[in-house]
Amino acid sequence: MDALKALKQFSRNPMGVVGAIMLSVIVATGVFAPILAPYDPYARVEVTDPAKEILAPPDEEHILGRDDAGKDVFSQLIFGVRVSLIVGFAASIMSMFIGATVGILAGYYGGRVETLLMRLVDFLLVIPNLPLMLVIITIMGRGILNMILVIGLLGWTWMARLVRSQVISVKERQFVLRARSIGASHFRIIIRHILPQVVPIIISQAVLDIAVAILTESSLAFLGLGDPTLVSWGTMLNYAFARAISRQAWWFLLPPGFAIVLVSVSLVLIGNALEEIVNPKLRTHHLFDPRKMVAAVVGVGVPLRVEEMME
Amino acid sequence: MGRRNYMIRSVGFAIVTLALVIVFNFLLFRIMPGDPISILIHNPRMTRESRERIREDFGLDKPVWLDVERLKAGDVGGAFDTQFTAYVRNLSRGNLGVSFHTRRDVAELLRERVGRTVMLLLGGEVVAAVFGIAFGLLAAWRRGSWLDTTILLWALFSWALPTFFLGIILLLLARGHLPMGGVVTPGLTPKDGLVYYLDVGKHLVLPTVTEAVVVTGQYILIMRSSVMEVLSEDYIMAAKAKGLNTLQIMRDHALKNAMLPMVTIFALTLGIMVGGAIQVETVFSWPGIGRLMFEAVSKRDYPVLQGAFLLLAVSVVLANLVADLLYSVLDPRVQDK
Amino acid sequence: MAILEVRNLSVEYLTEDGVPLRAVEDVNFCLEEGGSLGLVGESGCGKTTVMLGLLRMLPQEGRIVSGQVLLEGQDLLQIGEAKMRKVRWKKMSMVFQGAMNALNPVRTIESQIVEALRIHDIVGGASEARQRAGELLEMVGISATRGREHPHQYSGGMKQRAIIAMALACEPHILIADEPTTALDVMIQAQILELLERLKEELKLSLLLVTHDLGLVAEVCDDVLVMYGGRVAEIARSSAIFNDPVHPYTQRLLQAFPDVKAPDTPLVSIPGSPPRLDALPPGCRFEPRCHLREDICAQRIPPSIAVNNSHLAACHLVGRES
Repeated sequence: MDALKALKQFSRNPMGVVGAIMLSVIVATGVFAPILAPYDPYARVEVTDPAKEILAPPDEEHILGRDDAGKDVFSQLIFGVRVSLIVGFAASIMSMFIGATVGILAGYYGGRVETLLMRLVDFLLVIPNLPLMLVIITIMGRGILNMILVIGLLGWTWMARLVRSQVISVKERQFVLRARSIGASHFRIIIRHILPQVVPIIISQAVLDIAVAILTESSLAFLGLGDPTLVSWGTMLNYAFARAISRQAWWFLLPPGFAIVLVSVSLVLIGNALEEIVNPKLRTHHLFDPRKMVAAVVGVGVPLRVEEMME
Repeated sequence: MGRRNYMIRSVGFAIVTLALVIVFNFLLFRIMPGDPISILIHNPRMTRESRERIREDFGLDKPVWLDVERLKAGDVGGAFDTQFTAYVRNLSRGNLGVSFHTRRDVAELLRERVGRTVMLLLGGEVVAAVFGIAFGLLAAWRRGSWLDTTILLWALFSWALPTFFLGIILLLLARGHLPMGGVVTPGLTPKDGLVYYLDVGKHLVLPTVTEAVVVTGQYILIMRSSVMEVLSEDYIMAAKAKGLNTLQIMRDHALKNAMLPMVTIFALTLGIMVGGAIQVETVFSWPGIGRLMFEAVSKRDYPVLQGAFLLLAVSVVLANLVADLLYSVLDPRVQDK
Repeated sequence: MAILEVRNLSVEYLTEDGVPLRAVEDVNFCLEEGGSLGLVGESGCGKTTVMLGLLRMLPQEGRIVSGQVLLEGQDLLQIGEAKMRKVRWKKMSMVFQGAMNALNPVRTIESQIVEALRIHDIVGGASEARQRAGELLEMVGISATRGREHPHQYSGGMKQRAIIAMALACEPHILIADEPTTALDVMIQAQILELLERLKEELKLSLLLVTHDLGLVAEVCDDVLVMYGGRVAEIARSSAIFNDPVHPYTQRLLQAFPDVKAPDTPLVSIPGSPPRLDALPPGCRFEPRCHLREDICAQRIPPSIAVNNSHLAACHLVGRES
């Protein structure tokens, strides 16, 4: 699909455009965080009057009040964008590469390769995600790199399924058969013929995967497994929940959560708009295999089981 | 694929997955760099007895997988006298180790709490299923209307909302009206009869609602597309030609067909629900397995973590198996070659 | 006596941009009691729309703009939906194209026939209904015990016969058959044909056959209605249409069909393509492709001119010296 044409189509989708604008603002906030934040969230804060400064409600100097250590909430909120976006993008890129590779190999080569790879996907899908990540990070230790690794290494399954479906449908098309008949090597066929057809879908799913990664990171951080050296919304909520809930300090409890929702919503809007452009054809009309139908529809990625079992 | 074949394949898959989960669990806690056992062993503050205990319990002086020496010497039985075998043997006896923190039997801890988590999961699934099916049906039926758009937007929005955050919001909102946490107000026991059960019920409301929201959005989306797909089929038009009214068409034709995929979806989203339960139990101080895991994380209580993870993973795998088998029974078409 | 009379029926489809497309315009015909009428034309000529319009089963975007559909004297377009539901299946039923999909895959064949019976209170209790369903299946040549099976267990031909059994459950006066033989292989087609003819005789059915298969029409139908571009091109007794077609389109249509008796005659295809519904010409719809066209044809819609009292053709050139 021609990029320019896709862009034009995207601009006609109002939800997608809203999402794109939201995301741009968020990214800009992250980039310009040091300028935008009134205080430095990493600086040590001297608390002279605990009663007034710990969990202080919003006032002129601190528009979102202060947290349980007396630090400015608003500045933390701004800096929190960085961790979310970094983890989100990095993990999504990792899943994208792994998932797309697995999907292409499985779809293109078929047979044993496909069965093996898809079984692997199924295993990962059946095993409950959050408990698994909890356990792994507890052992590996907290840190942004570990977080990215764990989310990226476990989050590629939906991408793999989608890509495989698409590759299978592309594989049988004329131009691929022609390329094969003139003796083109597998590698060449994949890169030059199949990949371009698959890239749009990869991108649209990758955008949704970013949202998933951000949500996952925030959940893990909330449960205490975030990087303790970095400001992240999840960790903010971890502290807020532990210390601010009895005091109903909504200024500390609510903004980080809403920030997470905002970022996720903007990504979902963009992702859904992309999906509409990219794939009305993935819809199959088989009620005979409901899982295929479900796979086509749920871009938000519900785990699915082996399609082969129904074929 | 005949139904029997299908069932056999499902069972086979479940067995292999379980085996993998067990091996993975073993790997995680014994082999990985920074594995907790060796860290413990080398902790200088450990007493000699404790160190010996751990050594014995985990069979740390034995080889990990396979004793090649003994195998070569012809001692096949002894070749399997390894850490891994000890681990599997313990598992089969229900011995999941002892909590580092409380010194209590892990299996015992899990047994105590599993009922509460099941209550939460069941309640959540029921609520989510009811609302998911109802609103998905409604949205598909009134496709394109503002009702449909609203429902869709809600489904998308609820997906972007982290479970724990929803819990926090509800907690703030419900202050004064509903309990803030726990299973029951201290002091009440089942002997108090109805009052007790009502109280538990009140404590159940918020956690169940939060838990349900985890997957309701997805159920709505899937049910909606399923119904839309079904409504475009010819037999629906045939039903209308027969003189059925809309309600009859929905009830006697659309519903059953549209719900078939939902059966598998219910089981598949169990993994997600479990993740949600961990968050919900944490926020609402609900003393189930999820909360146990949260506490184990903060205290680095590895045996508890290991045991809880195993329990959860095995349960989800088995639930998926049941759903698969159920589906093959429900769908009359799983008979063709 | 005409059991069904359609007068000036016009149907529009509303597109996404709000522009209405005239799919059917000013269609008139009669179906005699006990007779059979074939509704023929290319894909997109409007015959399916007419058929759906009769049962008031047009999709959401479709609208009957004008006309009357008189079933035994009662105008179906004037009655409410609740009354219409009583008419459907009981007075007028349908055999669908592609029977494979007209049957609900997760229900038994029997239950789907029973449903038709129960909806219209044809029989009393459940067991009576099942028995009647069994009789209906036997009537179309399917063993009654097989009623308990599901659609996927039936062959294509059996499914089609089951659909026919279902359509006859309420003993309707009119049976509309939509491409009843397409997608079936030749052997089965013959069986279905035979079945339809036999049932027509035995049950005194009036048959409305919607198809593009002229051979089928020649075998089964007393009268033929030819449609083009949403309008009626020609309507006459079957023999008149096949032996002495008047409308240029009908003539071309017949030439495009291979004749077993004259295998060496070249097939003539009609150049061009059917008119787009959003760009309908002011005059005769067939004019751009007509081999006899004259200037007046492009200017004014041709009226239906009577060739004799059972033969109408919508062409300016009718009645002129050739």
